[in-house]
Amino acid sequence: MSWGFLRDLLSGVNKYSTGIGRIWVAVVFVFRLLVYVAAAENIWKYEHDEFECNIKQPGCENVCFDHFFPVSHIRLWALQLIIVSTPSLLVVFHVAYRENRDKHHNQKLYRNPREIDGGLLCTYLISLILKTGFEIVFLVLFYKLYNGFKIPHLVKCDIRPCPSTVDCYISKPTEKMIFLYFLVATSCLCIILNISELSYLIFKYSIKCYLKRYMKKQQ
Amino acid sequence: MDWGTLQKVLGGVNKQSTSIGKIWLTVLFIFRIMILVVAAESVWGDEQQDFVCNTLQPGCKNVCYDHFFPISHIRLWALQLIFVSTPALLVAMHVAYRRHEKKRQFRHGEKIDIEELKKEKFHIRGPLWWTYASSLFFRIIFEAVFMYVFYYMYDGYQMPRLMKCSAWPCPNIVDCFVSRPTEKTTFTIFMLAVSGICIVLNLAELCYLVLKACMKEPRKTT
Repeated sequence: MSWGFLRDLLSGVNKYSTGIGRIWVAVVFVFRLLVYVAAAENIWKYEHDEFECNIKQPGCENVCFDHFFPVSHIRLWALQLIIVSTPSLLVVFHVAYRENRDKHHNQKLYRNPREIDGGLLCTYLISLILKTGFEIVFLVLFYKLYNGFKIPHLVKCDIRPCPSTVDCYISKPTEKMIFLYFLVATSCLCIILNISELSYLIFKYSIKCYLKRYMKKQQ
Repeated sequence: MDWGTLQKVLGGVNKQSTSIGKIWLTVLFIFRIMILVVAAESVWGDEQQDFVCNTLQPGCKNVCYDHFFPISHIRLWALQLIFVSTPALLVAMHVAYRRHEKKRQFRHGEKIDIEELKKEKFHIRGPLWWTYASSLFFRIIFEAVFMYVFYYMYDGYQMPRLMKCSAWPCPNIVDCFVSRPTEKTTFTIFMLAVSGICIVLNLAELCYLVLKACMKEPRKTT
């Protein structure tokens, strides 16, 4: 049980998506999941071991690390990836429900159970809104927890049992910052893709509705 | 989830590629991704643990390491491989779109080339030619950019054994020793050589496509 599960889930979602939805899946796979697994994970691997404070007092390093990194960047990143991909499950469930109904009633209740219309359109729009919402929530969380997206190379700590204000040094701050910016950039790209897809779908179906009504009036 | 997924996606692109494109994919998988995973990652695995500075001052090692290695070689290569593989995804998406269109036409009863649909291979013509050519162009640009970034960031491609560091809190100019410098230099030069080969392959493929397109044009007009 690992990222392969998320990969399979997203591949499943790909079938029911619009064109922009497929681009979103590709961006999540290649620029977020793959970068996380292939590069980012290793940068934060020894972050606690390499966190060094200018003091010999036992416990001081542990306490300071815990104070400055309540939840590690890399864990937040992983949570973000999982939570942002989950709303797509709503669409998968709805399509499965439709296909199940067709089977159960032994007749074609829907012209095409996978076509995005009616109830499935609502589900799809809700999943897009949720995805965008979660992305924004995580970006704000990152910003608030770490006072911006910068990682300093030195932090000053004076929590017990540290006897005085102690200098503590973070390992690889520049590399971590570069990847953090990369994370922010890809999140923003995904937000833009989601909003475009939302606008596109609303526009497309408004036009459809309007034309239908117009044709009815003509008849 | 790892490079295997990228391999699956790019494997799909393999069917649509020219022969040179297939050679490029092979070089990418065997000489770059596989070498990165199997060998290079172990060489750079202990890089900060074994980066030793001639001082007992806590924090000096961290600061010096960060100063000399703003972004590690291994991460830059991973990013390079990801960026260089991405244009191929454009081609994959275009082909998928074409296949979808052909299936739609078939369903609506229009005449299509069944053989082409069955073989699942589209000839590189028209808009697909432009997508393919653009993907080649971007690949070349990304390779060149990353090679330049390497050169600029590390002042050449050699890994020195000793670096002198005077960043605070180091008390004076401190000697810092890099772990496995010769092995790292060897792999850096290897990856550089393979990048060069990939650029040459991409250029050759681009020239081939352009020549092919130009040769078809006079045949059409005559």
